[in-house]
Amino acid sequence: MFALALIELPLLYSEVYRRQGGHRMITSAFEYHRPSDLAGALSVLEEHGDDARVIAGGHSLIPMMKLRMADVPHLIDLQDIADLKGITVEVGTVTIGAMTTQHDLINNKALLAAAPIIHEAALQIADPQVRYMGTIGGNVANGDPGNDMPGLMQCLDATFTLVGPDGTRSVKAREFYEAAYMTEREDGEILTQISFPVTNSGFAYEKQKRKIGDYATAACAVLIAKEDGKVTSASVAMTNLSDVPVLSEAAGAALVGTSCDAIAMKAAVAAALQDIDPTEDNRGPVEFKIHVAGIIISRAIARAWSRA
Amino acid sequence: MKDEVTREERVTNLKGLGSSRKRVEDARFTQGKGHYVDDINLPGMLTGDFVRSPYAHARVKSINIDAAMALDGVVAVLTAKDLEPLSLHWMPTLAGDKQMVLADGKVLFQGQEVAFVVAKDRYIAADAVDLVEVEYEELPVLVDPFKSLQSDVVLREDLDPTAPGAHGPRKHHNHIFTWEAGDEEGTNAVIDDADVVATEEMYYHRTHPCPLEPCGSVASMDKVNGKLTLYGTFQAPHVVRTVASLLSGIEEHNIRVVSPDIGGGFGNKVGVYPGYVCSIVASIVTGVPVKWVEDRMENLMSTAFARDYWMKGKISATKEGKITGLHCHVTADHGAFDACADPTKFPAGFMSICTGSYDIPIAYLGVDGVYTNKAPGGVSYRCSFRVTEAVYFIERMIEVLAIELNMDAAELRRINFIKKEQFPYDSALGWEYDSGDYHTAWDKALKAVDYEGLRKEQAERVAAFKRGETRTIMGIGLSFFTEIVGAGPVKNCDILGMGMFDSCEIRIHPTGSAIARLGTISQGQGHATTFAQILASEIGIPADSITIEEGDTDTAPYGLGTYGSRSTPVAGAATAMAGRKIRAKAQMIAAYLLEVHDDDVEFDVDRFVIKGAPERFKTMGEIAYAAYNQAIPGLEPGLEAVSYYDPPNMTYPFGAYVCVMDIDVDTGVPKINRFYALDDCGTRINPMVIEGQIHGGLTEALAVALGQEIAYDDMGNCKTATLMDFFLPTAWEVPNFETDFTVTPSPHHPIGAKGVGESPHVGGVPCFSNAVQDAFRPFGNRHTNMPHDHWRIWKTANDLGLHD
Ligand SMILES: Cc1cc2nc3c(=O)[nH]c(=O)nc-3n(C[C@H](O)[C@H](O)[C@H](O)COP(=O)(O)OP(=O)(O)OC[C@H]3O[C@@H](n4cnc5c(N)ncnc54)[C@H](O)[C@@H]3O)c2cc1C
Repeated sequence: MFALALIELPLLYSEVYRRQGGHRMITSAFEYHRPSDLAGALSVLEEHGDDARVIAGGHSLIPMMKLRMADVPHLIDLQDIADLKGITVEVGTVTIGAMTTQHDLINNKALLAAAPIIHEAALQIADPQVRYMGTIGGNVANGDPGNDMPGLMQCLDATFTLVGPDGTRSVKAREFYEAAYMTEREDGEILTQISFPVTNSGFAYEKQKRKIGDYATAACAVLIAKEDGKVTSASVAMTNLSDVPVLSEAAGAALVGTSCDAIAMKAAVAAALQDIDPTEDNRGPVEFKIHVAGIIISRAIARAWSRA
Repeated sequence: MKDEVTREERVTNLKGLGSSRKRVEDARFTQGKGHYVDDINLPGMLTGDFVRSPYAHARVKSINIDAAMALDGVVAVLTAKDLEPLSLHWMPTLAGDKQMVLADGKVLFQGQEVAFVVAKDRYIAADAVDLVEVEYEELPVLVDPFKSLQSDVVLREDLDPTAPGAHGPRKHHNHIFTWEAGDEEGTNAVIDDADVVATEEMYYHRTHPCPLEPCGSVASMDKVNGKLTLYGTFQAPHVVRTVASLLSGIEEHNIRVVSPDIGGGFGNKVGVYPGYVCSIVASIVTGVPVKWVEDRMENLMSTAFARDYWMKGKISATKEGKITGLHCHVTADHGAFDACADPTKFPAGFMSICTGSYDIPIAYLGVDGVYTNKAPGGVSYRCSFRVTEAVYFIERMIEVLAIELNMDAAELRRINFIKKEQFPYDSALGWEYDSGDYHTAWDKALKAVDYEGLRKEQAERVAAFKRGETRTIMGIGLSFFTEIVGAGPVKNCDILGMGMFDSCEIRIHPTGSAIARLGTISQGQGHATTFAQILASEIGIPADSITIEEGDTDTAPYGLGTYGSRSTPVAGAATAMAGRKIRAKAQMIAAYLLEVHDDDVEFDVDRFVIKGAPERFKTMGEIAYAAYNQAIPGLEPGLEAVSYYDPPNMTYPFGAYVCVMDIDVDTGVPKINRFYALDDCGTRINPMVIEGQIHGGLTEALAVALGQEIAYDDMGNCKTATLMDFFLPTAWEVPNFETDFTVTPSPHHPIGAKGVGESPHVGGVPCFSNAVQDAFRPFGNRHTNMPHDHWRIWKTANDLGLHD
């Protein structure tokens, strides 16, 4: 599936300038659909194939439509489908409907207890206005390497539920992302929910950005479980440091069994840096990003350890 | 009649000078009731939209409008060919150059206007833009002014390379002008002989004023009556009317220009843009009103940028630190057309204020303007003409000299300040500073922040860093600035030949309220609030009973508009002077009513009283009524006055700023812990409005110093044309600002006011930058260029070996 988003990739913007001398704020014409159930949404998708796309909060899709980088003759608004909203925490599992907004993630008490890392990360996404609209489903389905939720979901080892004409299937967040805007999701499928195990590990989401409303220069999600002063499990995932979110298994492995001392930390950072492949943009050149990534990763590990 | 109200209460009730009266504009702005250009919708109105060039330099081989014209709802597509018969395919710029309205054979910057689509609504227009087929042939792109001056590539084929330009001879086909001030030979001689010389090169990057509301216009040609009405985002509506008349041939009395509410200008709305011209032509062609409003990308890519000065300095001093001479050369990147908005005789604005607040006996400034494949502009973004560049230059040179002398930069400033008793002071580059007391301001500022304590703390932090105990370092940014505002004396300042006076016309109504109209136009400065206060104190009518109106050329007296902090120095003076004419007539009326001689009454707050018998008086209300309801021998009925004010000199506000900053050397992230701003703008009309202006100016200073830029790649692609990459700080990024003041009135301004809107920007940029640079000074830093965004700060740390 190829999805587009408002992204910072200078590549796409210069493409806009190349094509239009760089001015756009009005989308091409489109048909607006607003089904009240999932079946209705799926059938419009099926009917129009490539010409149709779902819209959640619209805060990635609409900017791309305005820039005319995305041409969507049939827009299917999911906001009337009540089943797609809500957060439940049951028998050790958190389940979040795709249409749950980032604002709701921040303000849900059960979620704060079950996975406080989501709270910490969501507060670092965009600004309150964007978070009132932007959804977790849109954020993970988008496939933009700048989005913060995909790396976080890999860190939490989340599972995505996709519903399509052939039924329902589950895909691991860790296997979902193929390349920038390329995901496992088929064109006819809708992401309905996200689930992951409740976690009481030490956690941290560390993000460097230029300003409020900016995507990460480098960001890192860390979960660390501790027993008897030693790390029993660790997961380290990174945002905007490659064309896909990066889960560094080697970094996690470097921490397990240690007391997160300076040597272990150094080894974990070195391992994580092996797994990233940042590109130059207006935030700075590759050399800078790698250096900052190392700092952000080590701060995230240190904070997660201090909370473990 | 017994007076129940004390004199003090009468003064308070006026809400005159010195009152922190709430802004009268805010009632409508905070309730969504502002009325901006895009709110204007006239019956039958069409919308225009531009086809813009994707290339920075290309020949336009052909333009095919057939597909666009075939789209339902498209009324016209204008190209240069359509404008040529009207001689409107090019237009004059404010800087004496000319600029293409629509691409005439070639394009010279990315985003340049190529064709103008006119359609029934903006949605159709946007679709039609995509359907216009333009065939380009790419040409070599020049984005570096130094390379441009060496290149065989001719950017401006329309100009005769051997003929002089508007400002004298040109050295190369891509050279625009050389402008000089001061004594180069003498300066060089002093510098060659000096004990100590510091040299530095610095780039003041290209940025953009980026007002909240972009530029736009609505033109409405009434063919029956031959009248053109033009609404638009104009910082100088009268000048626009004159230019529109000269360009279109429509007589000036048949043109009405209206600036409605303006959502910020900061210099961006001084220039005349192709969109304005195209909306006029389209309205003339179609016979119905035509609206053009640009979007954010268009605003950032094509309307006037600011700065882009490559500055090279040499400063000399004695061993003790007394400055002996200053040499400055600027290579000024003006983009594709010289569209700088400066007074005609000042192609580099008031850059020659670059000797700053210091008593420098001899100096020289040379500026070379250069064409490149970038957007035209060069406006004064929240500063008087190029003053931000000048102050940044000297405040950096002072810091570099302090390093050379191994001296404290605060002390170096102190021993070189122009002394209080030297005012009026003639600067080496030809300005007469009106008044100042720099030492008092500086001492107050340094004391307020405990400067010595800060330096001690910094030394401890450096030691801790060297011991490996911390990865953050501390910077103390200093700046002392002198602004030059209030252009200006008609004898040397004009725009397109129009002298830079300004005006005010007052009418007192019979019941004692009033309306005053001015030649300026507020874009957020709060004129409706503050000008009423000036008048209240002058004529004794409460500010709340005075309406201030600006921006409609059919009703307002001719003025040169609002930019360069000129409104209070010039139009504010005109307001006071017109008020005094009102008062003079009121005095005669009062004397008549009180049956005494004119000289036996005197003005007292809100009335005229008999000298020595203040219980016998006539209030301004009574006087106003009498002016309309009875025949007074020897006087015309009515109470009105008009004043056109030609200031004898500029005014020179000044200030002392200190910024305390932490820098994380590993990530390049700065954190501002303290910002102290002392401003001296002479007489303070409304302290609350002043504070608001200072907060805004400092916020924009922070933006420019720490990240806001218009950057291009080698192909001339603008890399920063959205607010994702163009830094506009929010409340989150902005620290708490501590404001303070001293008061040194202007000796020549009727109420002693100097202007303040731009001071905080002028003084703020070097202060933030100096804080970053000062943090690295103990580690060997001399100078690094702005904007100090994370990666550039990180790079400075990296270059200094702080990551090893
Ligand atoms: C100024 C600004 C700053 C931002 N900063 C950040 C940031 O710092 N970090 C960050 O992570 N994000 C950021 N965002 C993006 C924001 O979080 C978006 O809202 C989010 O990425 C997408 O969510 P959405 O609900 O708006 O999705 P939409 O824009 O509606 O959709 C995005 C894409 O996902 C697809 N999609 C949406 N829902 C589904 C579904 N249920 N099934 C299948 N496909 C679906 C759409 O078809 C579309 O292709 C920012 C956005 C803005 C405007």
